[in-house]
Amino acid sequence: MSKEWPLWEVFIRGQHGLNHRHVGSLHAPDAEMAIMNARDVYTRRNEGVSIWVVRSSDITASSPSDKGPLFEPSNAKIYRHPTFFDIPEDVGHM
Amino acid sequence: MSSLPEMTHAAATDRVSREALFEGLLRIGDSALILGHRVSEWCGHAPALEEDIALANVALDLIGQTQLWLELAGTVEGKGRSADDLAYLRDAWDFRNLLICERPNGDFGHTLMRQFLFDAYHHELLKGLSASSDPRVAEIAAKAGKEVAYHLERSSDLVVRLGDGTEESHRRMQEALEALWPYTGEMFLRDDKDAELADAGIAPDPASLRPAWERTVREVMTDATLQVPDSTFAHKGGKQGIHSEYLGYILAEMQFLQRAYPGASW
Repeated sequence: MSKEWPLWEVFIRGQHGLNHRHVGSLHAPDAEMAIMNARDVYTRRNEGVSIWVVRSSDITASSPSDKGPLFEPSNAKIYRHPTFFDIPEDVGHM
Repeated sequence: MSSLPEMTHAAATDRVSREALFEGLLRIGDSALILGHRVSEWCGHAPALEEDIALANVALDLIGQTQLWLELAGTVEGKGRSADDLAYLRDAWDFRNLLICERPNGDFGHTLMRQFLFDAYHHELLKGLSASSDPRVAEIAAKAGKEVAYHLERSSDLVVRLGDGTEESHRRMQEALEALWPYTGEMFLRDDKDAELADAGIAPDPASLRPAWERTVREVMTDATLQVPDSTFAHKGGKQGIHSEYLGYILAEMQFLQRAYPGASW
């Protein structure tokens, strides 16, 4: 299937600023066209002010089978959540 | 419409006949409408999903622009006709679109070549119109200009890719260019109504758009490794309501619903 365009992951920064968010993927022959296609496919309803694209094959993902060693240890460490600590009354709402 | 146009309306029609302004607005609006309809025929048929959506976006942009131009045309005409009335209830001889807009889609490359040749003209036209002495015209042109700047970026990019692509894509693009070239001259022809609008500063003189259009076209064709034809022969008549048989078929499809069920809405 070498005639297929490669797959790209699309990240869009919404109107309200903050971070680029992954919105989906699409096919395109190169980065420049991936941006244009992303504009046409993912910003039709005024969703964005900035687009990033990255080839899906360039993304290194964690392996689902490593889920245990990677993530479970943090389950037991509730003191890492800010809610673990009592906030003095006079600090008010955070 | 906001309240301000009452005065500017009077001012604009002082400088130019109502007839010429109505005609000029139909020419712009009808070209957008007919090309928009043609491009919409690709919906569900484009070679890739991404291209399908991109073409649909272009079609929708053009039809959105049509709505603004024809609404203004109806206001100028002063007979109470809405944009829908003008789009769906006129017959072929009342349409004022350029002939290139009604040309059949052909293959994907042919469609893109037609789009590029028109976009390059449309871009220059809207630039001129955004400096119109009629603020209503200037306002619509400024809004449409942003959409068309993107259309042009996209179509020129794809024309270069396909022209300078494989042997087959190059051949198809060259054939498309040669087939469509005789339909480009009409963009720059001027008649009495064009002259009247140009003299009043309402619209640019069509002939004045040619140098910039030609520069863009030659630049892109060079990048696309395509040969611009030498011929200056131009099919004409669309702007005066003399159309090819294709327009009738387009209208039959486009207007069917309003003709069969007058006033139907959903």
